[in-house]
Amino acid sequence: MSMEMKNTQGVESAVMPRSLGANDLRAEDHCIKVRNLDLYYGGTQALKDVNMDIARKRVTAFIGPSGCGKSTLLRCFNRMNDLVSSVRIEGRIELDGEDINDKSVLVAQLRQRVGMVFQKPNPFPKSIYENVAYGLRLQGVKSRRTLDDVIEKALRGAALWDEVKDRLHDNALGLSGGQQQRLVIARAIAVEPEVLLLDEPASALDPISTLKIEELIDELKDKYTIVIVTHNMQQAARVSDYTAFMYLGKLIEYDATNRIFTNPSEKMTEDYVTGRYG
Amino acid sequence: MDNLNLGHHISRRYNEELEDVRSRVLAMGGLVEQQLLNAMDALENQDGSLAEQVIANDLQVNAMEVAIDEECNTILARRQPAASDLRLITAVIKTITDLERIGDEAERIARMAADLVGEKRITRLFTQVHHLGLHTRTMLRGSLDAFAHLDTEKAVQTWNEDRKVDREYEALLRELMTYMMEDADSIPYVLKTIFAARAIERIGDRAGNICEYVIYLVKGKDVRHTRLLEDGVPDGD
Repeated sequence: MSMEMKNTQGVESAVMPRSLGANDLRAEDHCIKVRNLDLYYGGTQALKDVNMDIARKRVTAFIGPSGCGKSTLLRCFNRMNDLVSSVRIEGRIELDGEDINDKSVLVAQLRQRVGMVFQKPNPFPKSIYENVAYGLRLQGVKSRRTLDDVIEKALRGAALWDEVKDRLHDNALGLSGGQQQRLVIARAIAVEPEVLLLDEPASALDPISTLKIEELIDELKDKYTIVIVTHNMQQAARVSDYTAFMYLGKLIEYDATNRIFTNPSEKMTEDYVTGRYG
Repeated sequence: MDNLNLGHHISRRYNEELEDVRSRVLAMGGLVEQQLLNAMDALENQDGSLAEQVIANDLQVNAMEVAIDEECNTILARRQPAASDLRLITAVIKTITDLERIGDEAERIARMAADLVGEKRITRLFTQVHHLGLHTRTMLRGSLDAFAHLDTEKAVQTWNEDRKVDREYEALLRELMTYMMEDADSIPYVLKTIFAARAIERIGDRAGNICEYVIYLVKGKDVRHTRLLEDGVPDGD
């Protein structure tokens, strides 16, 4: 290799723009490990031999056309698929080295560690305060002072505090869609999960609320591992550090987001991100 | 999975926009090549009116750069291109900057040609400048061909020609210096020839840049400020 090339590499860390974010998956600390995962809905195979490592305290986005299995894979991470009777799962998913499908794992505890937010905001028909307090009360927290503190922290963490602090006891259903979605995120982070799963969290929101959610994701990744499913490719490009492209139940390509959107290795990924898929 | 391998975007209009921007770059390249050709002819034949024509036509080159730039901005804003489409747009934006500068160099050569009309020619020098001009013209043509056909082999081959052009230019400079030392009267003439030769040599550099953009566009690999192309077409990563 020539001198000039060496020089270029030597200064790489200094000239690498911050906006490129994390870009070496292998160098990351992996929070979730998926090994040889197959998932069947009755006779239909929805996930085919998926292997992937999810980086801790990073944002990982799943993209792909409808029916590619991205939401199914996301729901595997907190065993939401258990609710579907015909589902059969083979393979292994580890959270911090522990098999989450092991019989000894309590699903309620798993879901506390792996929180989830859905496409449509789903606050309970209760007050804003009680929505956020819900998970804590389930855990048996009774102290008013503790609840007050945790709820303020969670609402601040979800960038909602300033908008609701004077009406904490109003019904949550009176909030706007974007506010409701941030409330649901506050509810999820109140129980201090490790991982946040976001399934199309902004697709029912207007552009400004969407940007607020994206901004929030950027702030939350300092504390949580975030996995997001999105149909909006520009959103994946904006918010994520790593992107996985799925097609027909298979993981086609999984790499730094920057790579996926500038120079993907697989032709199928290329066709999808450039809008040639169809 | 074959249905993923469509060569076209879902949006037909987007296809057309990308195709249009590509063909406009090639049209601009063709004009710049003609400008260089005319400037060299004007220099060699001491043709003042042809030189003036080259100078006037540079405005057209500039206008093309502005128009293509605007088209690229529109595509960026409206389509948010990704992957190879994104690389095409960035490669186009950079290529037209270099093409516009090549146009400026052609104009510079034409200005020297206009100044040299009626001066006594030093035939030996002339042959060498002519040869340098031919060489860079081949490079420019090669870089445009590589862009048109996304031909990385051609890009590498053309890129490697630049070192030869540089050596020819250096040899020419040494010879020009000898003339100046031997005959002080020749200095004004030789100086202008140096300016023209310098402009020709710079065109070689810029054609080399365009080859680098072609590699980036096709392979997704940025080879600027490296010597990777000395070893042939690099692997994409």
